Amino acid sequence: MMDFSVASSILPQGLPMPASFGMIPLFAANPFTEPVGVIHYLIVGAVLFTAGIACMTLKRNALGILMGIELVLNGANVNFVAFSSSYLRAEGAPTLGLDGQVIALFVILLAAAEAAVALAITLNFYNNHATVDVDRADDLKG
Amino acid sequence: MTGMLDMDISSLTHVIVPALATTSLPTLPMAGINWHSVLFLLFAGLACGFAVGVVAADNVVRMALYLVFSLGATAGLFFLAGAEFLGAMQLMIYVGGTLVLLVFGVMLTAQAPFVSIKPSSSDRTLAAVAGASLLALLLTAAFSVDAWMAPGVGVVSAPSATPLGMALIGVRVDTPPSGSPNGGHAGYMLPFEIVSVHLLVVLVGAAYLARAKRRRTPRAIDAVASAMPVEPAVVATAAVTAPGRTTGGAKSALVGGGR
Repeated sequence: MMDFSVASSILPQGLPMPASFGMIPLFAANPFTEPVGVIHYLIVGAVLFTAGIACMTLKRNALGILMGIELVLNGANVNFVAFSSSYLRAEGAPTLGLDGQVIALFVILLAAAEAAVALAITLNFYNNHATVDVDRADDLKG
Repeated sequence: MTGMLDMDISSLTHVIVPALATTSLPTLPMAGINWHSVLFLLFAGLACGFAVGVVAADNVVRMALYLVFSLGATAGLFFLAGAEFLGAMQLMIYVGGTLVLLVFGVMLTAQAPFVSIKPSSSDRTLAAVAGASLLALLLTAAFSVDAWMAPGVGVVSAPSATPLGMALIGVRVDTPPSGSPNGGHAGYMLPFEIVSVHLLVVLVGAAYLARAKRRRTPRAIDAVASAMPVEPAVVATAAVTAPGRTTGGAKSALVGGGR
């Protein structure tokens, strides 16, 4: 399917191929006919995690930062579910089994608790300062 | 995300080109299509696209809407991975509970100047560079394990609601995964109790933090409101309800005097 002769001619003999070269066959295969594996879920989890981190660092609205946290937790949950799934597991590879799903369930519950407290803090801040811009929260600055 | 799009376009050409060559509809390669993969691509594209939309949008109301769609599509991914109870919990707790809470927060604070607080363009560039670096790091780490690269064997597992519930009360009824250390069987009674007490403390704390306080000095938000001109109708309503308010205020002042 893929010809690696170009890559192997560029690389010096005896040097192991970089790990990132492994993604070439994945994108060369027809995704509509190939079965889904763990790596597909890991890609989605990585994108969600990165979007959440970017959201947390970029947004100045306190609620935007909360949304970034939700995205990060969700990206981690996608990875837990992928590792626990027997449907996505490769031939002979181990899975987390039910433990991954239990941990993902706890993450969902703790995310709900975190959102409740953070929202209460945000509303309190809004009542006291009449803004939700986190750059204005500098009362403790010396 | 661009990788996803490239993958979609290249696969479309794979499907369409043979169909055009034969120019007859029955030879469409429908039989070879793995519908699990098609649904996965649909939900993965939705989840990733709306997650990027949350980052790209400046309007906080749109961000909340995109987050609802992204987390809902993630619930679809959970269903496709065989974790149907977790997908239902994702829809009920996350999309139905946490995000409704967030949307209420957005509605309570969405005054005109705060609906869209735009970050500076230098911050945007920095976030894009840092995000791309982080994504490259995560993807390199994910692609470096051979066991994760292989396609799934497609073993459909038993419904997970009963084993999950039994594990949460400390009894494992599921078969342990092969090759797991210590047999892989531990109940989750203690974490379950800790989480339940944690939720109780959090609810009490949130109610305490968000309670309506009686202040001696006017709140900043009231100062802003009083600076605006008051409509006559509002004044009339205040005059009508004034007697009841006075007694109520006196009573609560008596009760609150001890504080």
